[in-house]
Amino acid sequence: MSPTIAIPRADYLNVSYGVKSWLFTTDHKRIALLYLTTITLLFFVGGAAAVLMRLELLTPPGDLVQSETYNKLFTIHGVIMIFFFLIPSIPAVLGNFLIPMMIGARDLAFPRLNLASWYLFTLGSVFAIVVTVMGGVDTGWTFYTPYSSTYTNSYVVPTIVGIFVAGFSSILTGLNFIVTIHSMRAPGLTWFRLPLFVWAHYATSVIIILGTPVIAITLSLVVLERLVGIGIFDPALGGDPILFQHLFWFYSHPAVYIMVLPAMGVVSELITAFARKRIFGYSFMAFSLIAIAVISFFVWAHHMFVSGMSVYASLIFSFLSMVVAIPSAVKVFNWTATLYKGSISYQSPMLYALGFIGLFTIGGLTGVFLASLGIDIHVTDTYFVIAHFHYIMVGGSVMGYLGGMHYWFPKITGRMYPEGWAKFSALIIFAGFNLTFFPQFLLGYLGMPRRYHFYPEEFQVLNVMSSAGASILGLGYVVPLIYLIWAMRYGAPAGPNPWGATGLEWQTASPPPTHNFEETPVVTQDAYAYGLPEEDLKGGR
Amino acid sequence: MPTACLRRISRVEDNAALAEQFDDLAQQHEAASLGMWVFLVTEILFFGGLFAGYTVYRTSYPEAFREASHHLDVLLGSINTIVLITSSLTMALAVHSAMAGRRRALVVYLLLTLVLGAVFLGIKGTEYAHKYEQGLVPGTLFAYSGPHPGQVELFMLFYFVMTGLHALHLIVGLGMLGILAVLAWRGQFSADYYAPVETGGLYWHFIDIVWIFLLPLLYLIGLH
Amino acid sequence: MMQPLLPRRIYYGVYGALLVLTLLTVGVAYLDLGPMNIAAALVIAICKALLVMLFFMHLRFSSHLTWIVAGAGVIWLAHLLIFTLSDYLTRGWLVVPGW
Repeated sequence: MSPTIAIPRADYLNVSYGVKSWLFTTDHKRIALLYLTTITLLFFVGGAAAVLMRLELLTPPGDLVQSETYNKLFTIHGVIMIFFFLIPSIPAVLGNFLIPMMIGARDLAFPRLNLASWYLFTLGSVFAIVVTVMGGVDTGWTFYTPYSSTYTNSYVVPTIVGIFVAGFSSILTGLNFIVTIHSMRAPGLTWFRLPLFVWAHYATSVIIILGTPVIAITLSLVVLERLVGIGIFDPALGGDPILFQHLFWFYSHPAVYIMVLPAMGVVSELITAFARKRIFGYSFMAFSLIAIAVISFFVWAHHMFVSGMSVYASLIFSFLSMVVAIPSAVKVFNWTATLYKGSISYQSPMLYALGFIGLFTIGGLTGVFLASLGIDIHVTDTYFVIAHFHYIMVGGSVMGYLGGMHYWFPKITGRMYPEGWAKFSALIIFAGFNLTFFPQFLLGYLGMPRRYHFYPEEFQVLNVMSSAGASILGLGYVVPLIYLIWAMRYGAPAGPNPWGATGLEWQTASPPPTHNFEETPVVTQDAYAYGLPEEDLKGGR
Repeated sequence: MPTACLRRISRVEDNAALAEQFDDLAQQHEAASLGMWVFLVTEILFFGGLFAGYTVYRTSYPEAFREASHHLDVLLGSINTIVLITSSLTMALAVHSAMAGRRRALVVYLLLTLVLGAVFLGIKGTEYAHKYEQGLVPGTLFAYSGPHPGQVELFMLFYFVMTGLHALHLIVGLGMLGILAVLAWRGQFSADYYAPVETGGLYWHFIDIVWIFLLPLLYLIGLH
Repeated sequence: MMQPLLPRRIYYGVYGALLVLTLLTVGVAYLDLGPMNIAAALVIAICKALLVMLFFMHLRFSSHLTWIVAGAGVIWLAHLLIFTLSDYLTRGWLVVPGW
């Protein structure tokens, strides 16, 4: 028999070469990879700030850096991690890559706007990095007035410009997603046949549209106050600094749901794929995403209980902050119910998904403690709060991001990563994370305030545990960076559907062709139609 | 295959204006229109932050705000309102002409809208110059000798920031109108493809609506 | 969705109404209606905005989705204002010792 000659198939990666073909692309998949590059870089910059902070906190006195420097470290850590990593991460990388494929479309509704989004994001991050190099900003990522508007001498204006530009990038992405999901679903793909990943990004986009503009104008007013010398938050004119806090948190609370909803979407995909089972309570899962998005706008002042605002209003916000936990709890219960009697396999994406469920639950429950007005007075501005939000943002969102990156890695690159190293990293991350942040709950409860680089002697043991955990966590992040980059080139070739999962993205080649599908699919089934004979699901090797 | 069967959706309209991610011009038009409405929602919230601050301070300092508002020129503000409303009419007629495929009328109405927008800016600039002469520009130039100077300066901050942001959006609108006029002149639009004119119109009308609220809130406080 | 081609007199009619409402809002400002002044000003402004939205922006002839999008923006603005005011209007309502 004469050997067959393999003709390389054209996919989105090899269809054209050269820097210009990447920098001027309108292909959502390439744009997703552009985002991946910038976001990964920013993650490690923000992580470097955290390394320095945890090194400082090994000893009770503030002996590694000066107080002003420490202020700059926690500020730039927060600014970069929130605005330049967490908010874009899953939507800009996985959302951009997958949403058109999941709905059977050739691209997003506005491909050039998508590219503009990436350029804006990169421009914004240039500002953030330049500020870091030039000497930093020390107001905290929360930019509270009057310190940020009047008294500080650090680089507030360029930082805010960077955040503003990145926020505009975020708005354009959200706009693109909303229009795409409404207008471009394949024939037969009704709303209730959509994967929950798509629902999650839709809900996230609604938050982005309704919230981001408010922080944009608010931070612009801080810039104005710095440039002109007086502003609307200036008490000398009768202005109220608490007004800044209201306007700031009107976005920044829903922003934390921008950071977690996409991860919840990822987890729904992972749990169903690795339990080989339909999601339990699909419509409750979909509606809970929307409910979280809506209710998230009604709770912001729980960040302001001790600011001097009205106690009466605080009571209302406290109550509503407990209400917002309910749809999140529904999701945790439904993921658990999905696992029940499922055919579970513990591949690395599943490890991340299970980690998410456990750690998000802890973070979420401690959020309910914080919602309680009485407890909050005691632990506000302590390490309890820091532990709470890191459990959700790192234990939750980052693990969701990594789980998704592993799960869809074969689709994005056409290759598999080394599973052994992936499992190792997942476990290292889980262990390192808990060692880092669980002691911080105790520290906060015992009274250690946040944003301080010196602390009483009796807190040292817990701080050392936390810093030790951080070193393990850091290792856990570096290892995937290495093997995923390695696997992009040398990983074993993967077929269209190595996991045997449902979903339109698995019906096309890995890596996909530029237009995703040879022909537009027609959808006739619900999203998680597991339980069918396996040959029908696997797209072949 | 159980989850989906693949069949070709033929793209009947091989129109040069049809972008490749869309199946037909109707889908493209719907997407463009929805996209602009979603963007306008972000603009509502963007200005909304300023309206929220205004509301808080007017509730807190009603006397000072009334006093400060008296220093604004009601006549110029009213004239500007009529100018902008007229420009909204000409914009609506421009969209109408585009839908009817009337190229010449489309260009004329776009240019009329642009001219009226420029007139608005001219009057606004005159107002700003007056405020400068009266010593009512907030900051180091502020020279006000009446009661509640701090809160009057606060009001003037809102006046300049809100009308200034509005004017900034209007300038962007003028640029957009210019581009649309050039494209219209070159015959880019037809009764089948006029989405950019319609979405441009939506943006322009939004600018009009913001001003509709700015007039009473800034100029017409307690004139009696 | 592609809009229907309206007769031009509708636009002229809306324009006329907007001019009348503008004169009305200026005129009413010169009357002393106490707290009703602000209410009147807002009601007239809302009417003008509605006319522009429904007819100039063709919202009257748009899909329900467009209605929901436009409505969401307005409702969210109202929510921002109301909940922020809920702080300012209730400071001092509950007297907490030492607060």
